[in-house]
Amino acid sequence: MRVYATYNIKGGVGKTTAAVNLAHLAAQDGLRTLLWDLDPQGAASFMFRVKPRVKGGGRALIRGSRTLDDAIKGTDFDGLDLIPADFTYRNMDLLLGGARKPTHRLARLLAPLAASCDAVFLDCPPSISLVSENVMHAADVLIVPLIPTTLSVRTLDQLTGFVARFDGHRPRILAFLSMADRRKKLHREMTQELSTERAVVSPTTIPALSVIERMSVERAPVTVFAPRSQAARAYRSLWSDLRALEPVAPPAGGPGGKRGGQSTLVQ
Amino acid sequence: MTPALGGFAVAGDAAPAWDRAMTDVMSALRSAFTTVPERTASRAQRRTWLDTFDWRLYRAGLRLEYVAGELRLAGAASASAASAASATGATTADGAALTRQHVTGWRPARPRLAESLPPGPVRDRIIRLASPRALLPVATVSSTVTVTRLLNDDGKTVARLLTTRASVAGADLPPRLSVAEVRGYPGQARKAARIVALATGVSPAVGDGFAEILGALGRHPGDYSNKVDAEITAHMPAGRAAAVVLLRLLDTLEANVDGVLADIDTEFLHDLRVSVRRTRSALKLLGDVLGDSVPGEPGRRYHDEFKWLGDLTTPTRDLDVHLLGFGAMAAGLAAARPADLEPFRAFLARRRARERRALARGLRSARFRVLTEDWRKTLLEARDAGVRRRAERRTAAGLAADRTGRAFRRVVRQGAAITGSSPDESLHDLRKRCKELRYVLEFFAPLHQPAAYGKVVGDLKRLQDCLGEFQDTHVQIEEIRALAGAMLAEGAVPAATLLAMGETMAGLASRQRAARAEFEQRFAAFAGPGGRRRMSVLLAPAAGDPE
Repeated sequence: MRVYATYNIKGGVGKTTAAVNLAHLAAQDGLRTLLWDLDPQGAASFMFRVKPRVKGGGRALIRGSRTLDDAIKGTDFDGLDLIPADFTYRNMDLLLGGARKPTHRLARLLAPLAASCDAVFLDCPPSISLVSENVMHAADVLIVPLIPTTLSVRTLDQLTGFVARFDGHRPRILAFLSMADRRKKLHREMTQELSTERAVVSPTTIPALSVIERMSVERAPVTVFAPRSQAARAYRSLWSDLRALEPVAPPAGGPGGKRGGQSTLVQ
Repeated sequence: MTPALGGFAVAGDAAPAWDRAMTDVMSALRSAFTTVPERTASRAQRRTWLDTFDWRLYRAGLRLEYVAGELRLAGAASASAASAASATGATTADGAALTRQHVTGWRPARPRLAESLPPGPVRDRIIRLASPRALLPVATVSSTVTVTRLLNDDGKTVARLLTTRASVAGADLPPRLSVAEVRGYPGQARKAARIVALATGVSPAVGDGFAEILGALGRHPGDYSNKVDAEITAHMPAGRAAAVVLLRLLDTLEANVDGVLADIDTEFLHDLRVSVRRTRSALKLLGDVLGDSVPGEPGRRYHDEFKWLGDLTTPTRDLDVHLLGFGAMAAGLAAARPADLEPFRAFLARRRARERRALARGLRSARFRVLTEDWRKTLLEARDAGVRRRAERRTAAGLAADRTGRAFRRVVRQGAAITGSSPDESLHDLRKRCKELRYVLEFFAPLHQPAAYGKVVGDLKRLQDCLGEFQDTHVQIEEIRALAGAMLAEGAVPAATLLAMGETMAGLASRQRAARAEFEQRFAAFAGPGGRRRMSVLLAPAAGDPE
C-alpha cells in the first residue's frame, strides 16, 4: 500500500482537484484505491456525490470505536472507494491530541487497510496543525500543489526542511505547479525556474483551466467527463511522475523503519 | 463494485418472455431510482472454473474461478478467512467469503499444479486441500454483462443491475439478472433486489449457474471420484452386483489413463493403480459369481493381464512416492544438509522420466487396449446374464456377508499367528489380506448401515496405517539402497549425497521399528472382542434383507 497525501498550508491551490483526479487515475490503472477526504469542507466527497457524513463522526474514527473500513463508501468508479468528510473533522486536532502518540495516529489507523488497498490518497485541509503532521508521518509521498509565486517557494522550502528533520520514516515530496496561467509573466518565469532547478518539483504543470473548475458542476473527475482535455492529460502526466517515484527507502534500523521523529510542526 | 447480491432468472425460454420481464423490471426500478446505462460499454468476460480432477474444491464447498488475471475463490471458508474477506467487503452472491489473488502468465486452459501457484491468499486457502493435484479447467464461460446504474437523488450510483448473457461451448445459457451492491450502500441494493424479485415473470435463480454450465457440457459436479460407489442394491443378483462393481472400477481405471499419459499430476497414476488392485482383489474374491465367462481359463488370463498392468505402473509410482515425500525427507535430516540430497532428487527425476516413458508405451499398447475392451465386454455379458437369471438364489447382500466374513476371518487368523519373532513377510502378507478386506467392504459399502460401516472401516484403517508404514518404510529402504548402487554405477555421486541418503535410510528404519512395535496394539483393537462384535453387527442381516 502506498499512501499519497495532497498537502499545502494554503487553501484553494488545487489539492482536492489533484487528489480526486489522481485517485481516479490510480483506480483506472487497476490499483485498489481509497481516497480519505480529511477536509471538513468535504469538497472531494461532494465531487463523488457522497454525503459528507461518517457515523460517529471523526471521534469514532480517531478513537477506533469505528474502523476506517466501516466508513468506506464505494464511488461510481470501479476500484475507487472514499472515506467521506465529516463536519466534526474541524475538531480533529483536538481528537488527535487526546490519542496516544498523537502525531502517528492516522498512520496507525491506516495500517490495517494494507491488505485491501494498493493506493491511499489523503486530501488534507489547508493548515499547519496536528492533522498535517499526522499526514506527513502517514504518507509515503506528499503531493504539494504550488501556485507559481515567490511565497509558495518559501513554503516549499520550509516543508522540505521540516520533513528532512524526521528521524524515522520520511515521506518523499513531489511538488507541482498548479493553476499556472501562461498569460502571467511571473507564472511563466517561476514555472520555468522551479521545474528545472528544484528536484522535488515535477516537470508537469497543471494549468488554470475552466474545465477543472467545472468538476464541482459535473461532480466527477475531469478524467471522467473530459478525458481528452488538456487538464486530463496534465493529471495523467502527473500520475506518471508519481508512479515513477521509487519507493521510500526504509530508514536505518530495519525494514519499514519506525515512523516518525522528534520534529514537531506544531508547538 | 462488489459481486452480485442475488441472481434472478426469467420463466420461459422465449425472447418475448424475457423482453416483457425486462420492461416490467425497468419500469419498477425507475419508480425508486434514476436508471442510466453504465458509462463503459457491455463487458465481455471469460471465466474459467478450476478444480482438481477429483473435485476436491467443489467437495469442500469451494469454487475457484480465473477471471482476467485474477483467481477468485468463493465458498465455505475457515472462520478467519471468512472474517478477513468480509472485512474487505468481498462476498459472493450467496454471501460466501471471496478471496482474490492476482496472477500473471496464468493460462487457464492448461493444467497447473496447485503447488506451483505463486504465494498469495488463494494459494494459502487451497494448497493443503488440492496438493499434490493439478488445477484443471472444468468449464470456460464467455459472457457479456450489461450494466445499468441505479442512482439516488444526488445522482450517486447506489446499486447496479447486471444482465448477464453467457454461453458455454457455443451453447447459450438462459440470461440472468442480478443486483450488485455498491460498498457502503447495502440497503439500496437490497431495495433494488426486492423490486426486481416482484417483477412479473422473474424468479430467484437457483445456485450460481454452475450446474447449468456443466449440464451444457454433458457433465455434473463431482462426476469423478476414486471411491467405488457402485450402484448396487441388496436384492440384486450376486453376479450382476459383482459385474456392476467391476464395471465401475474399469470406468475409474479408464478415466485416469489420459491424465497419466499427459503426466498432469501424480494422482492419476495413483487412482489408476488403486483401480487395478481393486480389480485384482475383486477377481479373486468375487470372480466365481460372474457366470461362465470369468472362472477358469478366461479368469486366469485376466488375472495375469491385470497383474501385468499393475507391475507396469509400479516403478513410476514408487519414484513418485520418493519425490512427493522428498521435502519432508530433506527436512528430517539431522546431520546432513538438505542440499546434500539434491543430486538424489535429480537422479530420481531422471529415472522417473525414463520409467514414465515405458509406462506410456504400455498404456498406448494394443495389449492394454485389448485388455480393457475384452474386459468390458466380459463384464457387460456377466451383468446382463445376471438379469436373465433372476432365479439365481444368491443376492448381493448374501455375497457381501459371505465374502466380507471370509476376508475378515482370514485377517484375524493370519494376524493372530504373528508374534514378535515372526518374519517381516508375515506382516506384508497380512497387509495384503487387510487390503482385500478393505476392498470388499468398499465394494459393498452401499449395502451396509453407514454407522456400523464407519466403525469397522475406522478400526481397519488404523491397522492398515500401521502395516502400511511398516511395509512402505521397508520398500523405501530397499529402494534407496538400490538407487544408491545405480547412482554409483553412473559415477560422480558426491559423498555428501550418499551420507545423506544413509541418514534418510536410518530414519526410515527407525520408523519401521516403531510401526512394528505398534502392531500388536493396533491388531488387538481390530480383531479383539470389540472389533469382532462390530464386524458381526455390520454383517448381521437387517430385517427384510434377503437370506
